[in-house]
Amino acid sequence: MEHETTTTDAHHALAPAGAGHGAAAQGQQHPLGIYFAIWGLLFVLSTFSYLVDYFHFVGFTRWALILTFMWLKAGLIVAVFMHMRWERLALIYAILIPPLLLAVLVSLMSIEADYTFWTRVLFFGLLGGQPSHG
Amino acid sequence: MSDHAAQESQGLQSLVDDWSTDQETFKRVHWGKAMMWIFLLSDTFIFSCFLTSYMTVRSSTTVPWPNPSEVFALTIAGQHIPLILIAIMTFILISSSGTMALAVNYGYRHDRRTTALLMFATALFGVTFVSMQAFEWTKLILEGVRPWQNPWGAPQFGSCFFMITGFHGLHVSIGVIYLTTIAIKVLRGDFERKGNYEVVEIAGLYWHFVDLVWVFIFAFFYLW
Repeated sequence: MEHETTTTDAHHALAPAGAGHGAAAQGQQHPLGIYFAIWGLLFVLSTFSYLVDYFHFVGFTRWALILTFMWLKAGLIVAVFMHMRWERLALIYAILIPPLLLAVLVSLMSIEADYTFWTRVLFFGLLGGQPSHG
Repeated sequence: MSDHAAQESQGLQSLVDDWSTDQETFKRVHWGKAMMWIFLLSDTFIFSCFLTSYMTVRSSTTVPWPNPSEVFALTIAGQHIPLILIAIMTFILISSSGTMALAVNYGYRHDRRTTALLMFATALFGVTFVSMQAFEWTKLILEGVRPWQNPWGAPQFGSCFFMITGFHGLHVSIGVIYLTTIAIKVLRGDFERKGNYEVVEIAGLYWHFVDLVWVFIFAFFYLW
C-alpha cells in the first residue's frame, strides 16, 4: 500500500499539469472561485424554477423548464461540489450508471398508473372521486 | 509497478483496466470515499422508490391533487406569496452546500479553524432547514392534513408528503449530527495527526447528496 502510493505520487509529479490531477494523495484541491461560481449558478437556477411556478407556466412548457433546471442543478452539484468530474472513470461509471436502471422502474410504474387510472374511470365510474351513476 | 504507473491508460481504456486489474478497482480513492459513494447510491434507490410510488399514486388517482403552490403559500406582511417557504428552504440548503464545499477546500489546506467554522455554519443552515420543515409540518397538521386525508383533495397527498419530506428531513438531521462531530474532531486536531483531511470530503459528499435529493423533491413534489 505504502509502496503503491509512493509510485503514484512520483507519477503525478512527472505528469503534465492538469493531467491526472484528480484524486492525488493531497485529495481534491481546486481554486475557491469555482465553488462560488457554482453556488451562484445554483441560486440563479433555483430562482428560475421558482419563477416557473410563480408565473403559472403549464403543460409541456412547465415540465420542460422544471426538468431542465432540475437536471442542471443536479449535474452541477454532482460534478463540482461532489468532485465527480475529477474522479476516475471507474468510479464515475460505477456510481452514475446504476441509477439509469431507475428509468425502467419509472416507465413501468408510469404505464401501470395510467392503467389503474383508466380502470378506475371505466369500470368503477370514478371521476373527480365521485361514482357517476348513469 | 512503476512501469505500469508510467503507462497508465486514459479514457475508456482506464475504465476497463481499473475494473480488470484484479487489484483495487477505485485507484487512489480513499476507501471511505468509495464506501460513502456506494452508500449514497443505495440511498438514491431508496429515495427513487419513494418518488416513483408518489408518481404512481398521483397519476392513478381520479381525485384532484391538492395544488402545492397554494398549500405551501404564506402570507407575509399582508402579501400572499405562493410556495415561498419552500423557495426559502431551497436557498438555505444550497447555501449550506456552498459552505460545505468551501470547508472541504480549507480542510485540504490544513486550515483547521476555517474548516471547522464553515462546517458549523453548514450544520447551522441544516438546523434552520429542519426548523422550517417542522414549521411546515405543524402548519399542515393544524390545517387537517393526515396521511390518510386532507381538506383539499386526493388523500394520498398526506402520506406522500410526510413520507418523502420526513425521510429527507431525517437525512438532514443525521447530517447535522455527523458534520458537528467531524467539525469538533477537526478543531481538536485529530486529522492533523493523521495528516489526512479526506474525512471532511467524505462528510461533504453526504451533505451534498442531501441537497441533491432536495433538488428532485423540489421539482417533483412542489413544482409538479
